[in-house]
Amino acid sequence: MSIDYIVQLEDVSKFFGSVIALSGVTLRVKRGEVHCLLGDNGAGKSTLIKTLAGVHQPDKGEYLVDGRKVHFTSPREALDLGIATVYQDLALVPLMSVARNFFMGREPRRKLLGPFKVMDHVLAARTSVEKLGEMGIEVRDASQVVGTMSGGERQCLAIARAIHFGARVLILDEPTAALGVKQSVNVLKLIKRARAKGISVIFITHNVNHAYPVGDNFTLLNRGKSLGTFAKTSVARDEVLDMMAGGAEMKELMADLEGVTI
Amino acid sequence: MPSTDERVRDIGTLRRFLSRPEFGSISGALMVLLIFLFTAGDSGMFSAEGVVNWATVAAFLGIIAVGAALLMIGGEFDLSIGSMIGFAGMMLAIPALYWGWPVWVACAFTFVLCATLGTMNGYLVIRTGLPSFIVTLAFYFILRGLSLALSTMLTGKTILSSNEGVALRDLVANDYIFSTLFSGYLFTGLFDAMARWGWIAARDGGTALAIGVPKVIVWWLLLTAVGGFVLARTRRGNWILAAGGDANAAKNTGVPVARVKISLFVVTALCAALFAALQVADAGSAAADRGLQKEFEAIIAAVIGGCLLSGGYGSVVGASIGALIFGMVQIGIGYTRIDNNWYRVFLGGMLLAAVLFNTYIRNRVALGRR
Repeated sequence: MSIDYIVQLEDVSKFFGSVIALSGVTLRVKRGEVHCLLGDNGAGKSTLIKTLAGVHQPDKGEYLVDGRKVHFTSPREALDLGIATVYQDLALVPLMSVARNFFMGREPRRKLLGPFKVMDHVLAARTSVEKLGEMGIEVRDASQVVGTMSGGERQCLAIARAIHFGARVLILDEPTAALGVKQSVNVLKLIKRARAKGISVIFITHNVNHAYPVGDNFTLLNRGKSLGTFAKTSVARDEVLDMMAGGAEMKELMADLEGVTI
Repeated sequence: MPSTDERVRDIGTLRRFLSRPEFGSISGALMVLLIFLFTAGDSGMFSAEGVVNWATVAAFLGIIAVGAALLMIGGEFDLSIGSMIGFAGMMLAIPALYWGWPVWVACAFTFVLCATLGTMNGYLVIRTGLPSFIVTLAFYFILRGLSLALSTMLTGKTILSSNEGVALRDLVANDYIFSTLFSGYLFTGLFDAMARWGWIAARDGGTALAIGVPKVIVWWLLLTAVGGFVLARTRRGNWILAAGGDANAAKNTGVPVARVKISLFVVTALCAALFAALQVADAGSAAADRGLQKEFEAIIAAVIGGCLLSGGYGSVVGASIGALIFGMVQIGIGYTRIDNNWYRVFLGGMLLAAVLFNTYIRNRVALGRR
């Protein structure tokens, strides 16, 4: 293979009973790129993410990581290969502190007395503040409770955590969906920072305005099928929007709306 | 990059203290202490013997409150604690009195049995996904019924203190391991010395009126220290907070939620067994109706101690202070001219105040909502 892909789905299909969730989808993500996965509701984005994350196994087609075929049976296996997914619920506990959340499930420990080990709160606090700082989020106090943070800050915390624990491929499930304008921009900046660190990002969204400024390549999904992958250099923003919404169909709709009379 | 945000306020030390989960119980305990100092200050409630008296009541409750608090922070309830106490007491007394087992063996058997029952509680809750309220409510009835039915079937009695002339009290006293662990007092020498120096009241023979620190109080303090330490300082503590705060998020980040929750049910059951062992050692008898309503008292103590009913937040030390409030009020009320029946009214009121206060603190201080 001439181009170095970190993650590839080749002609993948996924069925749930009689429902065809994905049909012959191909997705190739290059090392260190931001690959946007665009599609309207019901396009199959969630199924695709869960396939990448190891939650679902493809019924047809191949899944390759670093050019080698893989068969994940659990999300843990995908994680071990550095494929980390930040879902919309972020897996954060609002009543716990930044440091406790950052290291949840992977607590650093230090020896106390003989075999007794305790959680290293000093290291946890320092590391979490430092890593968030690298991502451009200033946290004054690692004991701050996550519930007091804004949606954008929480998103950034979840992303920073995934990066710290060795993510090579970061799958972001609609990270800007619930955010305001400013906070969305912060998350987009964060995606650029992650790329600058050499991390590949798969950015799932239905908002072209968010995808276009940060994306290198765009794969469009519609009703379980891929409409193809387009490089940013070869496609304009409006074309992406047209294809995503189903082009002609959308124009008709818009015309209908404008012609509404009451 | 902005280094400070003009919208971040400095929350200060007072606010930080206010947002500690223990705050409610500490201020409650101080309030209760002040009330009794004014109403019963010279009645003997605050003599060495009076303090040991109400601290013992607090210690018994405190032992199960620590278990209940950890479990509640982990996001679950156990309504079978009280029934477990009665059951454990009978399971200790029957083998010792009727089957000729050494008391310490019967005690070990009881602890193993209770741990198994705790595992069952936890396993059922995790496997079925049913609320722990329902599952442990079932065990609340099953264990109480079993205590009565089994003891009637095996001994023909429901209160056991002796069999064929052998008293349980003597068996306990003659069992070195069991009596060392569970019966009697510590620091008796110190208390006698204090009596000689005239610091505390003495008996006619010169020994102290308050014999020493009952072992139940030592167990209570020990459990509180260990529980508080585990919750605040260890990895397991982080897992407990995470499992109770958001089990799904915890699972997704690799916390073994099922294992954590089941082990908390086991800890709670072991606390009930410890309660029963100490009670048998203290009373020299076991009865099938022991521990009645203790599950509610333990949960109330945990809530007064700042534990949220929804899990993920609370304090072991707070729960122990909640138990201290219980002990002070339950015994202290007898030192005043207030009618004993007001005890329950006070408890209910205290519970309600604690829940309202906890919710307020969580929303206002911890989560910064209005």
